[in-house]
Amino acid sequence: MGKKITGAEMVIQTLHDQGVESVFGYPGGAVLPIYDAIFQQENVKHILVRHEQGASHAAEGYARSTGKVGVLIVTSGPGATNAVTGLTDALLDSIPIVCISGQVPTHLIGTDAFQEADTVGITRACTKHNWLVKDIKDLPRIMHEAFYIARSGRPGPVLVDIPKDIQFAEGEYENLSKTTHKTYTPPNTIDGKAVSAVVDLMQRAKKPIIYSGGGIINSGPKASKLLQKFVQKTNMPITSTLMGLGAYPGSGDNWLGMLGMHGTYEANMAMHDCDLMLCIGARFDDRITGKIDEFSPKSKKVHVDIDATSINKNVEVDLSIIADCGKFLNEALKIIEKRNNKFQSFDLWWKQIDSWKKVNCLQYKANSDVIMPQYAIQRLYELTKNKDTYITTEVGQHQMWAAQFYKFDKPNRWLTSGGLGTMGYGFPAANGVQVAKPDALVIDIAGDASILMNIQELSTAVQYQLNTKIFILNNSYMGMVRQWQQLLHGNRISESYSDSLPDFVKLAEAYGATGIRAKKPAELDDAILEMIDTPGPVIFDCVVANLENCFPMIPSGKAHNDMLLGENVSDEEVAKAIDDDGKIMV
Amino acid sequence: MNKKNPASAYDIISINEDDERHTLSIIVDDEPGVLARVIGLFAARGFNIDSLTVSETESKQQLSRITLVTSGSPSVIEKIKVQVDRLVSVHRVADLTADYGQYGALERELALIKVKGTGNKRLEALRLAEAFDAQTVDASLDSFVFQITGRTREIDRFINLMASVGLTEVSRTGVAALKRGAGST
Repeated sequence: MGKKITGAEMVIQTLHDQGVESVFGYPGGAVLPIYDAIFQQENVKHILVRHEQGASHAAEGYARSTGKVGVLIVTSGPGATNAVTGLTDALLDSIPIVCISGQVPTHLIGTDAFQEADTVGITRACTKHNWLVKDIKDLPRIMHEAFYIARSGRPGPVLVDIPKDIQFAEGEYENLSKTTHKTYTPPNTIDGKAVSAVVDLMQRAKKPIIYSGGGIINSGPKASKLLQKFVQKTNMPITSTLMGLGAYPGSGDNWLGMLGMHGTYEANMAMHDCDLMLCIGARFDDRITGKIDEFSPKSKKVHVDIDATSINKNVEVDLSIIADCGKFLNEALKIIEKRNNKFQSFDLWWKQIDSWKKVNCLQYKANSDVIMPQYAIQRLYELTKNKDTYITTEVGQHQMWAAQFYKFDKPNRWLTSGGLGTMGYGFPAANGVQVAKPDALVIDIAGDASILMNIQELSTAVQYQLNTKIFILNNSYMGMVRQWQQLLHGNRISESYSDSLPDFVKLAEAYGATGIRAKKPAELDDAILEMIDTPGPVIFDCVVANLENCFPMIPSGKAHNDMLLGENVSDEEVAKAIDDDGKIMV
Repeated sequence: MNKKNPASAYDIISINEDDERHTLSIIVDDEPGVLARVIGLFAARGFNIDSLTVSETESKQQLSRITLVTSGSPSVIEKIKVQVDRLVSVHRVADLTADYGQYGALERELALIKVKGTGNKRLEALRLAEAFDAQTVDASLDSFVFQITGRTREIDRFINLMASVGLTEVSRTGVAALKRGAGST
């Protein structure tokens, strides 16, 4: 047993014992004891955000770029409710974060006290698990359980709600960082027979495809290496979800590009026509499947996922393996090597895929007067690809263009809000990455609308002299909203014009950061280089073509082989692309 | 359910399957909020709850048993089981539907039923209660309260019959269930 310390000190000691170097937070009445403990130590660095949502996304960015657990500290009431969006975001994207929230003293709970909210009630639906600590004796165990549950199995957000009197109370602390849990036992084995059965299916397949997802990234960098080896060994084509980009290199030979609603033609056609689909660490999300009863009609489907609830949730599969993706790949490679397996020649399949590639689905009309948004991402990629670069995004057209045109060769380099689609995610997330990786080049690819949702975090970036760069594709619209209004609401552009935008250069300067603007394609490269070379936070206002839309696109309610391509699509086709059944989909 | 505009992905899948009724026994840590976690999951994912009972059952280990009757297509029932099992506070989930599994399970329910009336109706109510082995636990000049235990469908039948002899109020406990034989849940 350890010596007696206060609850607040236990919180900080747990963070230290769990290897947490930086936390993001915002003080307030119900967390003052914890902030007092922060003040009196040097092991854990605290980054002061400007809004608790910023803290939650910064913790996500920290977690996603390092593979460690991200931590945020918020006060009771509004502090906790402001963090709800980030917790929900982390739940949908399986990001391990621990939220420590202050609560009114135990004897005031339930009295509608000042800044009281039923935080565990509110966050029950948006965390993997949460706790209200009512006894100082439970605090060390709960704190360490929180970290264990956040990072193990399918990772996710957890919340520990600590009343102020518990923070003041003294108790014995024990380092329980090796703790497990009496009821929570994530899968840690793999069914070798089932993996053999998968290899059998692979041997018979003529038109196989790997459909990988964020589960590979969450499994750790080793899983990405194994995936590359697996692809090399089998010569199977591979596509990935938005969340899985970077697990297999975007410049790799077998890469088809991202799949789904704004995925490539070749990836979606190959998904539709394949005879074996190997889904590793993805979850058949509606952005991926399109019309569910026309989804890949001729294929045998294998699903590898660490979360049993993902199996058969949206799409019935033929074979499922509940295990860590890395473990699966390791076991499959062992079996393939042991059997010295011969696979079918996929030559004909590759020939077919190459013919789809020739469609050149990402082409767009170049312009020498106006910067095309796609061109901006291409140039950004070319000028940053040889650096230690991390890209985050907000949500919308810019996000899809970034996914299409920026090639990720390593995991953990791409951070985006996939499941929840949170505008305002990218900039605080980028700050979180920059805190974890002070020497890296961290760029938030943003839209003019999204960036305003958490722009206050620029103050945080300036305070800590973070080098975070904000690259705004400024088209003066909520572009994706406008695109959908064009597609299914008769081109009635309702409330999606970004009226009264700030002057982003002046805005940067007002915060004490640097602002750069580019309006012409000819000045783009120099301006990007200037952004990279400028120390401290920079807002890059990249003024792009106003009305460009994001293609290719599977209109909602349509199947994979029913894509709209950008080059040859007429306004009329756009207007009629979605039928009545599709209109109810989001 | 509107089949053309389904409310959730679960509805789409269940279109061609018939609904089944399942009794699930959910063993949970007896801690504050655990019931809210379980029923919150049902509400959030659009699963049905037909009946629910919960009580501490093994106080030494601080365990509670939630017995929950739900209905849905076989694929939805499967989803319910894995979703509930994923909750951190849940030890295990067992399907204790009477005719499910190798040995099946025992399901019992208790109901209190109030009937009001005089004359022949009153006599008929008493005769029916006797036929169903229901106990009379309260009586006044113009009312009875009967207590009946049994399987859900027997109680349903009793209540249906009582409707024609002056039924005014019903209170049911919901299903309690245990596995048959020596094995435990």
